[in-house]
Amino acid sequence: MPREIVDRVEMPKQSPEDRRSNFREVALGLDSELAVREAKRCIQCKTKPCTKGCPVEVEIPEFIALMAQGKFREADAKIKEKNSLPAICGRVCPQESQCESLCTLGKKFKPVAVGSLERFAADWTRENSPESGCEKTNTDGPALSLCTAADGIERPSARIAVIGSGPAGLTCAAELALMGYGVDIFESLHETGGVLRYGIPEFRLPKTIVNQEVDYVRSLGVRIFTNVLVGTTLDLNEMLAKGEYQAAFIGTGAGLPYFLEIPGENLNGVYSANEFLTRVNLMKAYRFPEYDTPVKIGKRVTVVGAGNVAMDAARTSLRLGADDVKIVYRRSRTEMPARLEEIENAEEEGVQMFLLTNPVRIVSDGKGGVGAMECIKMELGEPDASGRRRPVPVPGSEFTMDVDTVIVAVGQGPNPLLARATQGLALNRKGNIEVRDEYGATSIPGVWAGGDIVTGAATVISAMGAGKRAARGIDIWLRSQS
Amino acid sequence: MFRIMEKRLLAPAVHQLVVEAPLVARRARPGNFVIVRTNETGERIPLTIADYDPETGTVMLVVQEVGKSTMDIGMMEAGDSFTDVAGPLGQATPIKKVGTIVGVAGGIGVAPLLPQIKLHKEIGNHVITIVGARTRDLLILKDETEQASHEVIFATDDGSFGYHGFVTGALEELIKQGRQIDEVTAIGPVRMMQATCNLTRKHNIPTLVSLNAVMVDGTGMCGCCRVTVGGETKFSCVDGPDFDGHKVDFDELASRQAFFRDEENLARELAEQKRGGCKCHEK
Repeated sequence: MPREIVDRVEMPKQSPEDRRSNFREVALGLDSELAVREAKRCIQCKTKPCTKGCPVEVEIPEFIALMAQGKFREADAKIKEKNSLPAICGRVCPQESQCESLCTLGKKFKPVAVGSLERFAADWTRENSPESGCEKTNTDGPALSLCTAADGIERPSARIAVIGSGPAGLTCAAELALMGYGVDIFESLHETGGVLRYGIPEFRLPKTIVNQEVDYVRSLGVRIFTNVLVGTTLDLNEMLAKGEYQAAFIGTGAGLPYFLEIPGENLNGVYSANEFLTRVNLMKAYRFPEYDTPVKIGKRVTVVGAGNVAMDAARTSLRLGADDVKIVYRRSRTEMPARLEEIENAEEEGVQMFLLTNPVRIVSDGKGGVGAMECIKMELGEPDASGRRRPVPVPGSEFTMDVDTVIVAVGQGPNPLLARATQGLALNRKGNIEVRDEYGATSIPGVWAGGDIVTGAATVISAMGAGKRAARGIDIWLRSQS
Repeated sequence: MFRIMEKRLLAPAVHQLVVEAPLVARRARPGNFVIVRTNETGERIPLTIADYDPETGTVMLVVQEVGKSTMDIGMMEAGDSFTDVAGPLGQATPIKKVGTIVGVAGGIGVAPLLPQIKLHKEIGNHVITIVGARTRDLLILKDETEQASHEVIFATDDGSFGYHGFVTGALEELIKQGRQIDEVTAIGPVRMMQATCNLTRKHNIPTLVSLNAVMVDGTGMCGCCRVTVGGETKFSCVDGPDFDGHKVDFDELASRQAFFRDEENLARELAEQKRGGCKCHEK
């Protein structure tokens, strides 16, 4: 007998009027009653397509079954078998194109809200654990605790260096620690988390959550050293040659901002999205002068680009007091790379979309600042290499926009610092690290890589998947060496 | 880590700090800098490494109090620690055997110049150093400069010590005397580096400058420190900070340096109020 399918539980949010003037989290999370109700919608199908849609293969029906019985702690433990950072993934994964897109229920009804449930399990467990509470994460983690191998297989006692503490590095480190290896993470900034810290704003991912997830990784025995740039402060080949580390994982991300390369781009008031978001998120410039780092925002802000970074920059501008925030994008709405939910959130908050529009030059206000931006209208031509229709300028359609701040969010490339300083590390034409197998082995024996430094800018969860696969590759290799 | 081992006042509001940072000291080269943060609410500021000693694991920094963060550093004592010191950052200065080099420093620019001229002397260049300051009391690191150079010209704007006038005046005299000069390295305020480059351009003397753009991360991930050199945008934290001075757009650099001036003034005023006011702005 078919059972009755109740409506999907939608996550409560702060109202657009309230949230556009504060940095508190927009999505408020489920309560236990709603979480149980949503968990009960899962039909526990045998085929489990959702799990195949998850880049780290979380056993989704299994954890949801536990949630349906109110066993939230057990559900969290189930998720953590595969995913070390569920409070983050539950918040920032594009579930609509991953697990939820394959949900059997979703064929006739709305899919189970897997992301909301994952987030609830992680948040509930954290809030209801005795040692909960946010400790500042900083340098020099605790001495390595004796971790037992999770699967009882004896492993060589090796020490592994993980370069970068973003989602790829944190996941790889957690996996290796669970296998029983000694792991040291090296982070160039003064805080951990990579893009989770400096890129994604507080209103989408509270930094206390990042702290707590990093503390969890540390509790597995992983040591974290901040202010260390491998490539300048330390030399990777030297670390391996001296035998300090038996293997390494590079997860340094795509942190080099691209600019538009149009006239006027070095005027005051033109920021890369990386600079703008780093000032606000990492340096907490939104709390200036309580915090020392300033950020300056005009009344009329234009963000160039239409990915998640552009949405974050636009919504952050509103929260800093801009009256008028525009997204300028050279293609149409269908091609916008940002998550649909983030585009909707931005529009609800009052961000205006100027589509099929491309900046041509930024005009000075005569005092070294931005006065206006000249744009041209575009139309879509033939598909390009990426399969998206190529935007072509419409002759004579130039017009001028009054703006005082321009934020450039047209993508990031690989930072060349590490590669430049590491002999023998093969790169592809774009400067990304070349990997030789599905685990992410690089041209240097004993060195793996994964995440944005390999693929170019992608998602948090795909970086985590790469970190996880590299941990497997490192384990296999180390056991073959001993 | 990052403990201040020694602190010395070199001139009014100019401090010399010896800071424990063994990993930085081990790999530092002339021209490199560090990014420091004084405390948990602090900003990241770049400071050039004025000296380094891998043996003791320390680096020497010279800091002039010009705003909130540098005033915070001024308040720190030996035994206190920086929350963060990251480095060594930036490209090392390209130092080759060329013959005679003239190091030109304005104000505390002499501190970052020191490791460069030391190396120039070591590899066999003849080193003439011109150090300028507003007045006699502001001339710092005189003995160290004399040790690192074959000849030193001190210049003061008010004539209270040495040559009476700007460093560019002293340099112009050397050129007029017909001295062989194969390269000039200028470090100091933007306008001083610009004036030096305008002079050396006329005489076709290759000139290296060390740019002091506003920075955040210092590792190439934000572009805050971008400068135009020879018509191209460069990130001074990873492509520099040293560049061919004849190709630098100094006006743009000066304008970009002033972008946060209102915020900087506000932060300084609030800090001064908290400390019961400073003595330099008495009405």
